[in-house]
Amino acid sequence: MPNALRQFLTHGGKHQRQVMFWLLLGALLLLPFITDALLGRGWVRIADFAMLYIMLALGLNIVVGYAGLLDLGYIAFFAVGAYCYALTGSPHLAIAFPMLFPDGIHLSFWIVLPLAALVAGGFGVLLGAPTLRLRGDYLAIVTLGFGEIIRIFLNNLNAPFNLTNGPQGISRIDPIRMGDISLNATQGIFGIALPSVHLYFYLFLAFTALVIVISQRLEKSRIGRAWMAIREDEIAASAMGINTRNLKLLAFAMGAMFGGISGTLFAGFQGFVSPESFSLMESIMVLCMVVLGGMGNIAGVILGGVLLAILPEILRHSVVPLQQALFGKTLVDPESLRMLLFGGALIVMMLYRPAGLWPSRVRRRELDSDEAGVV
Amino acid sequence: MTATTPLLQLSSIGKQFGGLSALSGVSLHIRRGEIYGLIGPNGAGKTTLFNVITGLYQASSGEFQFNGNSYQAGKPHVLAQAGIARTFQNIRLFANLTALENVMIGRHLRTRAGVFGALLRNRATRNEERAITRRATELLHYVGIDKPGQTLAKHLSYGEQRRLEIARALATEPLLLALDEPAAGMNATETESLKSLLQTIRTGGITVLLIEHDVKLIMGLCDRIAVLDYGKKIAEGVPEQVRKDAAVIAAYLGGGNE
Repeated sequence: MPNALRQFLTHGGKHQRQVMFWLLLGALLLLPFITDALLGRGWVRIADFAMLYIMLALGLNIVVGYAGLLDLGYIAFFAVGAYCYALTGSPHLAIAFPMLFPDGIHLSFWIVLPLAALVAGGFGVLLGAPTLRLRGDYLAIVTLGFGEIIRIFLNNLNAPFNLTNGPQGISRIDPIRMGDISLNATQGIFGIALPSVHLYFYLFLAFTALVIVISQRLEKSRIGRAWMAIREDEIAASAMGINTRNLKLLAFAMGAMFGGISGTLFAGFQGFVSPESFSLMESIMVLCMVVLGGMGNIAGVILGGVLLAILPEILRHSVVPLQQALFGKTLVDPESLRMLLFGGALIVMMLYRPAGLWPSRVRRRELDSDEAGVV
Repeated sequence: MTATTPLLQLSSIGKQFGGLSALSGVSLHIRRGEIYGLIGPNGAGKTTLFNVITGLYQASSGEFQFNGNSYQAGKPHVLAQAGIARTFQNIRLFANLTALENVMIGRHLRTRAGVFGALLRNRATRNEERAITRRATELLHYVGIDKPGQTLAKHLSYGEQRRLEIARALATEPLLLALDEPAAGMNATETESLKSLLQTIRTGGITVLLIEHDVKLIMGLCDRIAVLDYGKKIAEGVPEQVRKDAAVIAAYLGGGNE
């Protein structure tokens, strides 16, 4: 970041920060319209997904960034949230239990959301409990296994009774409604036509803001400090009277709840869920957002989320036309190029910016003092 | 409980690692308000005993009483709650956090704000946060760290890191402050100021348990001393008595006549 901008952001007065906040809010509110006009509606949809990814990345940031617990199966909580709403907000359960639910369950999204968050949090504790003594690589392997177990369960629970509809997934999930307004149709508000993707954008924006505020408040609290103490030195933390078991479980649960909320929103937005949305690659993707952006720093994690959610789409839209124009045929498939670029980006990052694109304040301060020669 | 009951009473504590007996039958008691020294040659079992008392290890046999309660297999956070705070032989600070945050974490035990407090950031939580910051700042001054609290722990000098560990331990409001070789690697001036700091701490009413190699420091500071050798207590008493003890001299200089 240029020094002048950094100066402005970190040392600006209260008034300056307020101006920044309102400018940012205005820009975000206009974003779907601008994107729609310049790039087309598909990109507004991409922005919606970026927001879901940001929520996921912020949730994982609690586990990995604050408490220092490497979790490679985080997408499982996203899946739990998504299937919670898929089962309770669609006609699907009519197939498994025709006697009990002749039309399936159609609970309101707003009832399912807190329940799904709690269920996902419960799964977080369930995963956390057996891994309390593990750290680093060992923890990563166990969590990776957990993520896969959830996905495989979802994939195979169409027998003996059809709970998840297996690989076909669950479709016809009710759209999210706010009172009488369905977010799945264009709505006119104050004479402005708001298409469905715009409505979801604003909903997701509100949830992202909520998740950001929660993250911030946790970070600068007694709980957040205890997590960071565990990350820095677990033995010293316990000698200082921190109940490391409970606080690690709490970190897993809080992170999982964010994942669950994001998953519930995803199911309502898509209207369809299937196990393939919850592959290991997705877990790794979310972890990359956290690491690439700057572990433990909320702004960095958001930056990582935006970049990694949007870059593949840019590639998808540019690689094929570019090759067609240059060689007259498609030589490299954009999907495989994506992996190549990701791998390359990660290696470059580890070499030149190991603390992430936008490191946390502590690491930044550390770099500053190193530059100034103050030790 | 009367003031005459010892603060810490060990009853034949033993600790085995596989076939190796690191401690056997160690009994001792520490009175309220004293500075108690634990010395012994390398490998005598001092740190092992320390880790048992602070709950890092579970004793293989025996038990200990602290402040009227019995413990056999305490957990570190339970013993910290009971009032035992410690430092580590090889400094274990939260290196990437600031000096102030390190001490603030020490306040964890004596403060209450949970997730809801953090999220709502209500008046009680805000007041508590202010009190934590204030107390942590005071403690930094108390141990004599005059660098800004925003300095990262790992950027402090060696002596300051040792002091920061003490400040962090004091933040837990301990009854017993257990220091594992606090003067290791310090120069003479640093040792001298550590000595006066420990005296100030004791005057403040906190009992101090000290493991130390610096015999001069131990002799000048401690009210009573226990000597460990090969996992056994070979002597205990006031410094003058221990200094003349034949078994202690043999343990340190090698006994010629055994």
